[in-house]
Amino acid sequence: MGMTITEKIIAAHAQKEKVAPGELVQVKVDLALANDITAPLGIKELEKQKIDRIFDPDRVVLVADHNTPCKDIASAQNVKLMRDFARKYGISHFFEGGKVGIEHVLLPEQGLIVPGDLVIGADSHTCTYGALGAFSTGMGSTDIAASWVLGETWLRVPESILFLYEGKRKPFVTGKDLILFTIGKIGVDGARYCAMEFKGSVISELSLDERFTMANMAVEAGAKNGIMEADSKVLSYVSERASRPCVVYQSDPDAQWREIIEIDVSPLEPQVAFPHLPSNTHSVYSIPEIEIDQVVIGSCTNGRMEDLRMAAQVLKGREVNPRVRLLIFPGTPAVLKQAEKEGLLRIFLEAGGIIAPPSCGPCLGGHLGVLAEGEKCVSTTNRNFLGRMGHIKSEVYLANPYIAASSAIAGYIAAPDQI
Amino acid sequence: MIISGKALKYGDNIDTDVIIPACYLTSTDPAELAQHCLEGLDPTFSEKASSAGILVAGKNFGCGSSREHAPLAIKASGVKAVIAASFARIFYRNAINIGLPILESEEAAEKIKEGDQLEIDLDKGEIKDLTSGETFPVNPFPPFLQEIIERGGLMNLVKERVESH
Repeated sequence: MGMTITEKIIAAHAQKEKVAPGELVQVKVDLALANDITAPLGIKELEKQKIDRIFDPDRVVLVADHNTPCKDIASAQNVKLMRDFARKYGISHFFEGGKVGIEHVLLPEQGLIVPGDLVIGADSHTCTYGALGAFSTGMGSTDIAASWVLGETWLRVPESILFLYEGKRKPFVTGKDLILFTIGKIGVDGARYCAMEFKGSVISELSLDERFTMANMAVEAGAKNGIMEADSKVLSYVSERASRPCVVYQSDPDAQWREIIEIDVSPLEPQVAFPHLPSNTHSVYSIPEIEIDQVVIGSCTNGRMEDLRMAAQVLKGREVNPRVRLLIFPGTPAVLKQAEKEGLLRIFLEAGGIIAPPSCGPCLGGHLGVLAEGEKCVSTTNRNFLGRMGHIKSEVYLANPYIAASSAIAGYIAAPDQI
Repeated sequence: MIISGKALKYGDNIDTDVIIPACYLTSTDPAELAQHCLEGLDPTFSEKASSAGILVAGKNFGCGSSREHAPLAIKASGVKAVIAASFARIFYRNAINIGLPILESEEAAEKIKEGDQLEIDLDKGEIKDLTSGETFPVNPFPPFLQEIIERGGLMNLVKERVESH
């Protein structure tokens, strides 16, 4: 019996020839990251236990991206704790200030992830790196801190589900729509504990940015990881950035799948996930007129160059509806610089948008655009849970950057060809 | 070990944002987090939790973010154990790592009613509903996870390994 990409990466890191779903294994970790919300718990736990050994400081990544630029004294203390920890152990991959970007946009961009890697992170969207053919998954602070000390962690080998995307995409249908549709189809626990492998001619055609968006939201279906084969697009992206060697895996023809789900994308229209679950999806053309108060474009899901280009394409020469606040979060300083170079920032400003610093910001209701009671927001982020972006009676509608930008112009949820 | 208490019942897909909203995550103090545990879903939760004791929920409990603050808040609120039809995987690991007992049983999650008096035998892997008289078996943890639980959390194991080197 053959193995899937996920099984092959886990086997290689467990120094085994073969692993099978359900097996518990100890694996070597290539990289373990944490952010300004999750790192402090782990650091304090190590201090409490008087453990002062780090297996390999170069395999630790600390990104102060959630409550930064620090929104209050408590968040400043948390970043200080990370900074002191990074200095004490000589952790070079510590990002703050003008170097910080949203972690899952930043790490691939910095060349820290290569195909074949096994990466864990104290952030559920760590699964993003599957777009590069790496196994990556989210864990809690204690698990991550333990891996910093031991250089390894335990994993239960997941069953894999194969998603095959074929057909021809309609206008304004992006990677975001493919993953929202998929979550809508299988539910928020449809891939619980499983690996989601995305494949098919549509995936091959997707830009890397759109692939990151898809892998990023695997966790919203309960998955342990999302993964794709590293093709020539991935290898050229990585070779420009990374110094570590890549190991490219493909699933064997006789690999064992829990299920194979075929999706014909031809009839698919841009998706909007209604409150309060990412699986609550509708075609944008089938919904009533829903007036909105805010639009957020950014996040680890849709804060990359392609996303800003999609938004700019819609916003160019237009003005944001006066009832709406449009917030744009470029994912990293490099994305911000490139957007400046391409003239996108001017388009956003002339449309009446607000350009925010690279930060997770309002995605999780932290700061820089929190919602009041009764407010509605169209967001390119990944979660629309109850109270996610602010008040418990506020509402978040998830969509792609085209829909978000055109909704900002219309003042209600709309596609570019409806404004 | 025997845990007893009254059931506090909630639905499916209880996510970590509703367990502990992100605006409180600048704190790592379990007692402070506990004050806001599940407040959006049930403003009286923290009051009920300390007297009731056992949280019972539907499927995919703890879905969403990796925040370990979620099981920490639940534990500090006075909840002694969580029974659910199923758990999201990150929450499952986090709960074991910080020593919050969790039990997976679809049948128990479905049949136990709000306010039922429960008795959980962790060693036997059994949930008894004293109000209805029903008993529900629970799948035991794999030996490796059992070891983490018995040592009182993952960090104690890590410390032992560091000291033995």
